[in-house]
Amino acid sequence: MTTSTTAPVRRPSPRTAVLRAEARLFRREAGALFWTLGFPPLLLVILGSIRSFRKFDAGLGMRVIDVYVPTLVLVALIVTGLQAMPPVLTGYRERGILRRMSLTPVRPSELLIAQMGLNGAAGVLSALVCLTIGWLAFDVQLPKQAFGYALAFLLTVTTALALGALISALAPTARLATGIGTLVFFPSLFSAGLWAPVQSMPHTLREIVVLLPFGAASQALEQAAAGHWPDWSHLGVLIAWAAVLSAAAVRWFRWE
Amino acid sequence: MTSASPIVEVSELRKVYGGRTVVDGVSFGVDEGEIFGILGPNGAGKTTTVECVEGLRVPDGGQIRIAGLDPVADHAAVTQVLGAQLQESELQAKLTVREALELYAALYPRPADWRPLAERLGLASLLSTRFGVLSGGQKQRLFIALALIGNPRVVVLDELTTGLDPRARRETWEIVEDVRERGVTVLLVTHFMEEAQRLCDRIALIDKGRITALDTPQGLISRTAGSTIISFTPSAPLDDEDLTALPAVASIEHKDARITLGGSDETVTALLSLLARRRITAHQLRVTDATLDDAFLDLTGATR
Repeated sequence: MTTSTTAPVRRPSPRTAVLRAEARLFRREAGALFWTLGFPPLLLVILGSIRSFRKFDAGLGMRVIDVYVPTLVLVALIVTGLQAMPPVLTGYRERGILRRMSLTPVRPSELLIAQMGLNGAAGVLSALVCLTIGWLAFDVQLPKQAFGYALAFLLTVTTALALGALISALAPTARLATGIGTLVFFPSLFSAGLWAPVQSMPHTLREIVVLLPFGAASQALEQAAAGHWPDWSHLGVLIAWAAVLSAAAVRWFRWE
Repeated sequence: MTSASPIVEVSELRKVYGGRTVVDGVSFGVDEGEIFGILGPNGAGKTTTVECVEGLRVPDGGQIRIAGLDPVADHAAVTQVLGAQLQESELQAKLTVREALELYAALYPRPADWRPLAERLGLASLLSTRFGVLSGGQKQRLFIALALIGNPRVVVLDELTTGLDPRARRETWEIVEDVRERGVTVLLVTHFMEEAQRLCDRIALIDKGRITALDTPQGLISRTAGSTIISFTPSAPLDDEDLTALPAVASIEHKDARITLGGSDETVTALLSLLARRRITAHQLRVTDATLDDAFLDLTGATR
């Protein structure tokens, strides 16, 4: 074979080609699609259908559904980062897909970047759907401090993806990645306030929870939603977690 | 072969894993246009050697040059000269054959057109089939296509036919010959003697991380003692003493009344005159060349 047989002139760039292929594969995973895009809005609709959750709660100072919308925004990001992404990335390593790609002029990190981008985008979309459903169906107000909310939101997405990447780095097989993801998933949901809103937790527990990534995230998002600039202590906790988790993922990720 | 410098040059390659030397001073050169075989038992260091050639592993000693380039330091440039099929590797299970070909073509600056490539490798009817449901042979054909898609000058094929049925294996051999006919140099790793004997111009025999012999298949066979196999059933008994006295006899085996001798052409001539003198008839006399199998056992056995 010689270089005379070249393909047609208009060709996608390597990065576009990888992203396009991964996006196709992403759409073919019905299970992962349900958990990332379907489950959080569905859970919101179920909780919103409970009549008492739509009534003013004197203890909370607001309706229960008002508390759950920001929580489900977090759930959407946690599901994509911890449940959907790690088995895919670990599977790519386990099955030699990363190795195969490292024989081409393109670095295998492009695959990881595409997967993180797609999962991040799916998590963001799912969260936005939750905000919209809350607003339209249950009259939950949209975040009042939009810029502060966006900042806290982006930091949370980054932290969730970094935690997912670290799980992928440490898990030797895709099966274990799912297991570790699930193990971290439930404490994350708890700290995000899925079972009991962070505001209603006992003082000491609350002190601990706000030092965890999704506890801090839930507080920062709630403050911004209520119209305040999020406390720098919460944003600082998020930034620290994002930095540490990313560095650890890069440090321990193995290509084979 | 040719007077030009080899396209793949490996000198004094060493690779150590956890204190165990897996590749210990391997040197060879592959000339442009040849099919060069690396043959050896499992765990001999074959795959580690080619993984160093591919730039997937960093050698602990020695030097490798692919068309003058270092596989580690010049990795990006080497990927455009060298294509490879890995021993254990998969693609995304839900990626179709067409999508895989399009994707990998897009990764190279000057790729081959994947359509005729798919046609040649018998993948044309499988384009919309997902990788996960391809048979072993179909997967290997796709990996050969992916190895060739960047228009490389050298392809490394590692245990290409392991796990394939005999028919798929033969089809794959034809593809390898076809690849070479198009001017691509092939570095072939195998533990199948028949495959090496059929395809390779030259073979490096690796055992315990060292090259024990490097020659053409015929050269390897003829350098072993007992490269000619003579078998016959004598009409009257023959003494072992008479047989061992024959020139160049390397081995004598008796099975029932049948005698099998390993020797050379000289042995045949001498045996025939011995039989004529004794007026013994050799029933079902067969003279065959030893196979690479015999040579392999002989050459690796000597180092144990």
